[in-house]
Amino acid sequence: MELTFTARNVLLGATLLGAVGGVLGSFALLRRQSLLGDALSHAALPGVCLAFLVTGSKDPLPLALGALGAGIAGSLTVLALVRWSRIKEDSAIGIVLSVFFGLGIVLLTHIQRLPGGNQTGLDKFLFGQAATLMERDLQVMAILGAAVMVLLGLFYKELKLITFDRAFAQSLGLPVRALEGLLTLLLVTVVVVGLQTVGVVLMVATLITPAAAARQWTDSLGWMLVLAGGVGAASGATGALASASVAHLPTGPVIVLVASAVLVVSLLAAPRRGLVRAWLRERGVEQRIRRENLLKDLYRTGEEARTDPYRLVPLPHLMGLRGQAFGALRATARRLERQGLLSSHDDTLSLTTEGFREAEAVVRKHRLWELYLTRRLELASDHVHRDAEAMEHALSDDDVARLEELLGHPETDPHGRPIPPAPRQPGGAPPSRGEATP
Amino acid sequence: MSPTLVVLTVGSLVGASCALVGSFLVLRKMALLGDAISHAVLPGIALAFLLTGGRAALPMVVGAGALGLVTVFLVELFNRSGRLAEDASIGVVFPALFSLGVILISRYASQVDLDLDCVLYGEIAYTPWDVWLVAGRSLGPKALWVNGAILLLDLALVTLFYKELKLSTFDPELAAALGFSPVLLHYLLMGAVSVTVVGAFESVGAILVVAMLVVPPATAYLLTERLGRMLALAVGIGVASAVVGYFVARALDASIAGAMAVVAGSMLAGALALSPSHGLVARALRHRRLGRWLTGRIVLLHLRSEGSPVSRDALRERLGWTRGRSRRLSGILHELETRGWVTRETEGLRVTAEGARAAEEHGGA
Amino acid sequence: MSQAAFEPRSEVPAIEVHDLTVAYRTQPVLWDVDFRLPEGELIAIVGPNGAGKSTLLKAILGLVEPLTGRVEVFGAPYRRRRSWVGYVPQRESVDWDFPTTALDVVLMGLYGRVGWLRRPSRSHTKRALECLEHVGMRELAGRQISQLSGGQQQRVFLARALAQDARLYLMDEPFAGVDVTTERAILSLLEELRSQGRTVVAVHHDLQTVAEYFDRVVLLNMRLIAEGPVATTFTDENLQRTYGGRLTVLARAAETLLENRRLDAPPEESTLARREGRGPWS
Repeated sequence: MELTFTARNVLLGATLLGAVGGVLGSFALLRRQSLLGDALSHAALPGVCLAFLVTGSKDPLPLALGALGAGIAGSLTVLALVRWSRIKEDSAIGIVLSVFFGLGIVLLTHIQRLPGGNQTGLDKFLFGQAATLMERDLQVMAILGAAVMVLLGLFYKELKLITFDRAFAQSLGLPVRALEGLLTLLLVTVVVVGLQTVGVVLMVATLITPAAAARQWTDSLGWMLVLAGGVGAASGATGALASASVAHLPTGPVIVLVASAVLVVSLLAAPRRGLVRAWLRERGVEQRIRRENLLKDLYRTGEEARTDPYRLVPLPHLMGLRGQAFGALRATARRLERQGLLSSHDDTLSLTTEGFREAEAVVRKHRLWELYLTRRLELASDHVHRDAEAMEHALSDDDVARLEELLGHPETDPHGRPIPPAPRQPGGAPPSRGEATP
Repeated sequence: MSPTLVVLTVGSLVGASCALVGSFLVLRKMALLGDAISHAVLPGIALAFLLTGGRAALPMVVGAGALGLVTVFLVELFNRSGRLAEDASIGVVFPALFSLGVILISRYASQVDLDLDCVLYGEIAYTPWDVWLVAGRSLGPKALWVNGAILLLDLALVTLFYKELKLSTFDPELAAALGFSPVLLHYLLMGAVSVTVVGAFESVGAILVVAMLVVPPATAYLLTERLGRMLALAVGIGVASAVVGYFVARALDASIAGAMAVVAGSMLAGALALSPSHGLVARALRHRRLGRWLTGRIVLLHLRSEGSPVSRDALRERLGWTRGRSRRLSGILHELETRGWVTRETEGLRVTAEGARAAEEHGGA
Repeated sequence: MSQAAFEPRSEVPAIEVHDLTVAYRTQPVLWDVDFRLPEGELIAIVGPNGAGKSTLLKAILGLVEPLTGRVEVFGAPYRRRRSWVGYVPQRESVDWDFPTTALDVVLMGLYGRVGWLRRPSRSHTKRALECLEHVGMRELAGRQISQLSGGQQQRVFLARALAQDARLYLMDEPFAGVDVTTERAILSLLEELRSQGRTVVAVHHDLQTVAEYFDRVVLLNMRLIAEGPVATTFTDENLQRTYGGRLTVLARAAETLLENRRLDAPPEESTLARREGRGPWS
C-alpha cells in the first residue's frame, strides 16, 4: 500500500502513542485514576497557549513543555482540592478539567484574535489533527515516549508495589509520594505526546481502553503491560490506515472505536474472565442441578409409594413438586433420556437402572448432609432440608466418603428414611425391574 | 431585547439550570458521569440532525436525552460485569460514543454548519440572531425558549422530588427501604442532566457545561451545610459566573464560555480560601487552635501526674517537641500561665488546682 | 526458614510509646497513650471500632504524624529500625484483583533487600518460595491472588512478613475473616515466631480468643485503658471500661429516628426495617 508522507507520519505517531498510552494507561487503570488522565489532557490546553504566547513559536518542544507544566499544575490542583477541602475527588477532577480548559479556551480565542495568530495552529489540540504531524512532532513524541518507557522499566517493581499496597511500601521506607509523583509525571508526559494525534477529549480512551482490554486476558502485570501496549499500537495503526484510506474519517475517533471494539470482544470472549464463558459455565451448573433434581424426584416418588422404584411418574406430578414449568422440565427430561438415565412414555417418566444408581447417589449426599447438620451442628431436623438441597449438588465423592466415616456409616437420615448405601457394596445393587420393594 | 441582554439571559438560564442538577451530581459523587454525558450526547445530536435534516430543537433534545440515558446504562453495564471499575467504565464509554458522533458528523454533515469546535466550547454570542420562526414570524431567540423551558423542567424536577432526591442522596438505603426506587430517581436525574446539557451545548459547548454543572455547586458546598441553601447559592453563583464572565470576555476579546468557566473557578478559589466554615484560612486557624488546646491539656495532665515541678526542657523532651515546635510550646505555656492553670517556680512548672480541674474537663472526645 | 533465636537486648523494650496523641483533622484519635511492650511475646491490641488501633500501628510505623509524643522501636525511632520490623496490613486495605501472583506478593517483602534498579534474583525467589512453603501455600505460588480464598490471602500476607525476617511484627487484624484451619495455622506460626525470640503485636478483633492466643493485651479506646499480661489485665472490669459507653443497638436506632426527622422523612416508618448491605442502585 502506497502511503503518502502525511499518512506515514500519522501511522508512526498513532502507533507510538498507542503503545506508550496502553502501558501507562495500565497503571492509571489499576490505580483507579482513569479519569485523572481525562482531567490532565484538558488541563494541558492553557499550557500550550501560554507557551505559544511566551515563545511566539509553534515549535512542538516548547508547546510540549507548556502542556507538561499545565498538566502537572492540574494534577497538583486536584490533590490540593481533595486534601484541603471537603470537595470529593470526582468533583475535583471535574473542576480542574473544566476550569483549566476554560482558561485554555480564553487564551486560545484571545490568540486567534491577535494579528498573526494563526487559527489552525493551536486548536488542533482540541480534536487532534493527526494529519498535521510533522517530522519534528514525531521526534519529540519519540523522545518523550522513550523516556517514559525507560523510567517505567527502571522503577517497575517499586511502582508495582505502591500501586498494590501503599501502606506496606511506606513501611519499607519507599518514598511513596515521590514515586506517585513520578507516575503522574509519566502520565502527563504521555498525555502531551498524544494531544496532537487524538485531541483532548479522546485522550483518556487511548490510555484506558487498551489497558482494560489487556486486563481481561492475563493475570500478570508484566503481560498486561505488553498486551496493552500491543492493543494500543494496533488500534493506532488501524485507525491511521483507515483514516488515510477513507475520506472524511478523522484519525482519533477511529482509533478509539477500534480499541473499544477490541475491549468488547475481550470482555466477552477472554478465557477466564470472559463473560460469555462465565455465562456458559453458570448455565452448565444450573442445568446439572436441574437434572440431578429430576432424578431425585423420580426416586423419591417411587420410594414414597413404597412400590416399584421404576414406576411411571406423570410429568404434571413432577411439575407440582418444585413448581417447574412444563417446557423446562421436558427439556431436562430429554437430556436425561439421551444420557440413558430415564425413559419416557407419552408424558410419564421412569428411571432406568443407570438412572436409579445416579439418583441414589444424589439422595445419599442429601441425607448424609442432613444427618451431619443434625448430629454435628445440632440443628433441628426440620431446618436441614433446604441446606441439603443446595449441598447435594456441591459435595464431591471424597467429601461424601469423609462424611460417611465421620458419621460412622449411618443407615438412616434424621427423618428416618434409609440412606442409600454406596455403590458396589452389599445391598447396593438396584432392584431389578418388576420387583416391589417391601 | 438587546443582543447583550439576550446573551446574558441565556447564560444565566444555563448557569441556573446546570447548577440545579449539578448540585445533586456533586453530592452523589457523580460529577464525572455528568462529564461523560456532556460528551456522549454528541451522536444523539448528530443523529437528530441527520434524521430530521435540520437543527430543530426538539429532536436534538430528544436525541441527546436518549443518548444520555444510554451512556448511564452502558456505564452501569460495564461496571456491573465486575470486570471494570466505575471510573474505568466511564472512561471507555463516553469517548467511544463521542467518537461515533464525530465520525457521523465528519462523514455525513461536514458540509453543513455543525461546527465541531462549537461542540467543545459553544458560541453563545450568536444566540440573539438564531431566532425561532413560526409561520414566518419570529418569536425571539431560540436559546431563550429552549433554555427557559429546560430551567422550568429542572425546577419542576427538583421541587416535585425534593424529598426523594434529598433522601436518596444522603441515605440511599433508607430511601430504598421506604419504597422510593433509587434506580428510578437516578435515571430521572440523569435524564434531566442530559436534557440540560444539550440545552447548554449551543451556548457553552460540551466541556464548559461541565464547568457549570460542577463548579458553582462545589462552591456552594463549601459555604453551607443545608441542601436548600446549597441549591440557592449554586444557582446564584452560576448566574453570577455567567454575567461576570460575559463582561470579562468582552474586555479580553475572548471566548465567553471560557471566561464563564474561569470566573466560576475564581469564585471557587475564593470560597476555598475564605469560607468561614470550610475555607482554608478558617481551617488552618481552627486546626491550630485545636492543636494548642489539645497540647495544653496534655501539658496539664502531665504536670498533674508528676506532682513535683517539671522544667521546661524536661517537658519538651517528654512531649517529643523539638526545634520549631518548641516555639509553639512556649506560646502554649504562656497562655496556660495567663489563665492561672500553671505556675512557674524555680525548679520548673507546676499545675494549679484550677489547672488540674481544667485538664479533667475534656478528658477525651 | 528458621533463624537462630533472637537474644533479648537487655532492658530495651520492643516498643515504647510516650504520651502519644494523634488527631485527624479536628478529631482526636489517640489521646495521651503511654506504654512499654517487652520483647518476645504475643501482644494483642483490643478495643471497639474507631478506638485508634490501626492508627496506633501506623503511628509506630511513622505513617502518621502525631500531635505530641513519640514512639521508639528497640530504643530508636522507627526509621532507624526499619529492617527490624515487619508490617502486615489489614487484608481489606488492598485490592486483591490486582494482576499478580502469590509469589510476587511475597517477593515484595524482599524489595528492601533487592534494592533500587535491580530485579529479584534466584535466591530471592527461593527464599520467597520457602516462606510460602512455611504457610502451606507452595503449590499456589503461581496463582493469581484474586483466585485465593480469604484464608489463603492472609497466608500470603504472612509469608511476605516472614520473608522480611523481622524481629518485631506489627499485624492489623491477622485473624479477621479466615477459616478455622487457617486460624489455627496462623496461631501456630505466631507461636513459632515467639519461640524464636521475635515479638508480635497484633490488632485483634475477637475478644473470645484473646486470652487463649496472646500473652499480653493492650486495651485501647482512644486512651489507654490498661496494658499488661492477659491473666491480670484482661478482666471484666477493664473490658467494661473499654467497651462500655458505646452505643447499644437501641440507642443507635433512636439516633437514626432523630436524624430522619431532619430529613423530613415520614416519621412513622420503622428504622429497624433498614435493610443491610443494599447498594444505592440495586
